[in-house]
Amino acid sequence: MRSNTERNKSGALEAELSVPAGKTSRQSLWKRFAQQWEFQLMILPAIAFLLIFNYAPMWGILMSFQEYNLFKGFWESPWVGFDHFRMFFDSPEFWNIMRNTFAISFLKLLIGFPAPILLALMLNEVGHLFFKRVVQTITYIPHFISWVVVSGLVFSMLAVDNGAVNETLQRFNLIEQPINWMSIPEYFWGILVTVNVWKEIGFGSIVYLAAIVGIDPSLYESASIDGASKLQQIFKITIPCIAPVIVIFLILNIGNLLNAGFEDVFVLTRNLNNGILMSVAVTIDTYVYQMGIINQRFSYATAAGLFKSMLSIILLIAANGIARRLGRTSLW
Amino acid sequence: MKLTMGDKIMQVILYIILAFLAFITFYPFWNSLVLSFNTGSDTSLGGVTFWPRDFTLENYQIVFKEKKIYQAYFITILRTVIGTAMAMFFTSLFAYALSKKGIVFKKFYMIFAVFTMFFNGGLIPYFIVVYHLNLYNTFAFLILHGMISVYNMIIFRTFFMGLPDGLEESAKIDGCTNFGVFFRIVLPISGPVFATLSLFTAVFLWNDWFFPAVFINDQNLIPLQTMLVQIINEGTTATLMANLNSYAQSMVQNSVTVRSIQMATMMVATLPILFIYPFLQRFFVKGVLVGSLKE
Repeated sequence: MRSNTERNKSGALEAELSVPAGKTSRQSLWKRFAQQWEFQLMILPAIAFLLIFNYAPMWGILMSFQEYNLFKGFWESPWVGFDHFRMFFDSPEFWNIMRNTFAISFLKLLIGFPAPILLALMLNEVGHLFFKRVVQTITYIPHFISWVVVSGLVFSMLAVDNGAVNETLQRFNLIEQPINWMSIPEYFWGILVTVNVWKEIGFGSIVYLAAIVGIDPSLYESASIDGASKLQQIFKITIPCIAPVIVIFLILNIGNLLNAGFEDVFVLTRNLNNGILMSVAVTIDTYVYQMGIINQRFSYATAAGLFKSMLSIILLIAANGIARRLGRTSLW
Repeated sequence: MKLTMGDKIMQVILYIILAFLAFITFYPFWNSLVLSFNTGSDTSLGGVTFWPRDFTLENYQIVFKEKKIYQAYFITILRTVIGTAMAMFFTSLFAYALSKKGIVFKKFYMIFAVFTMFFNGGLIPYFIVVYHLNLYNTFAFLILHGMISVYNMIIFRTFFMGLPDGLEESAKIDGCTNFGVFFRIVLPISGPVFATLSLFTAVFLWNDWFFPAVFINDQNLIPLQTMLVQIINEGTTATLMANLNSYAQSMVQNSVTVRSIQMATMMVATLPILFIYPFLQRFFVKGVLVGSLKE
């Protein structure tokens, strides 16, 4: 009874104080706007910030159709149409860049995406609570460490002289001579993906663990009465129950597929000075950085970057479409 | 519930896999810590694994003798504290207003914000904008970069929408303005979500090395991580010695190597986060869950 009257009261208050029920005519819109000036003021800085730091650069995309000159500025620079795109497609590195970008991205998705799910499934089966907590605490750590430090750890672990990996392999007589891991192109993708999984597996598992905790326990009880083994329960109950979460994250991951490969590639190849790795390590993002920031070919680099954004959006739309066709879950 | 033989074997394998995973996650940190406490000349003989064999504080002494480190630390802390405070302030205000019913243009604001999550101009146009705003090579850029995170805004908003209406209404009856309600009523009860998002923002600002590397030229404004990338990635001793003169001098007298210095510097840049993080773990696990709620 009491809560009911309270709600009525607050409902009335709300109508009176902040949200007058108005018509959508222009005058009452601005009247309402003026009445909520405090809230509109709260919104203002954020909108201004987004406008300057997110939308202004979008406008700058147009310069990929120009021969942009930093000193002439946007209005004075001459238009050149699709020249930069053509140049990018015709450049000798183009197919190499595309191969590396897609290979690295898809390898990360293929291995980096299921890994946290697998970890969550395993952690969920652990009965020993203290052990579970220790494993979680430790595996979350790398997420909070910068890629710079991670690259330092990787270089140290894989060092030719006294790197822990080489020493261990030698101790178990698996290799004769220390391997110079960071200078062999064939190993680079593997190292990159392994380090990525190492860094994010624990943190990525949080969401899936939460989804698993939310599953109705009576499902497991009735399954075990029917004689289902633990493994059968995982495949028949756990995985189908967390499938919607998996699909949402998969779509988001695919949309971000081509974005997710810059910092790691960059720190792991920077200043290695051997050039050998570049054939397998140059991606659209590192190329944009090289051409734009180092060589100051602003328009050309922007064209390459825009090409990547377009590919990302196509991937996102495609992934969402496929998910919607296959099942009930989709982003929109 | 009775465990079958197969289940028991599975449990044993599970514990072994998880223990191994925890070990390989933890070991690189431990090994670097050990190497940072070992004399460089002894490390180069090989075989230093779990404990320092020739314990020394030399590496740290040299790192802390370098004035540039203090400057970089100062910049990093300043950036992290001010940047996090400002980002939290403006993002939470934005989210709070958007959590209210009947806000004019609300839908437009939401679409306007969310669109930036999926599409951006890319590095070069961003560079041009920053350049023309005269933010290139300024401390202001370090704070302004990434100040409004739309992702954080959505988490805040989800949280604020879950607050009971009555709380705020009663404050208004007592004569509070909308700002007053936010600062005196909403802020104090939003501790966990503020803690989580502050942690994420602070970690981002502490760890970010790339944007300072591109947008900051002045060595006095370089944060710790950006300096670290210079130290770690300069493969050759010569460059390092040229860069850091006081290191070079002491290296002649001491048994210090480039690698032992790198390890010590890395630890100096990482330990603050490693120490703070276990205390905040409870919060951020909750925070991630709020964020993953469907919006």
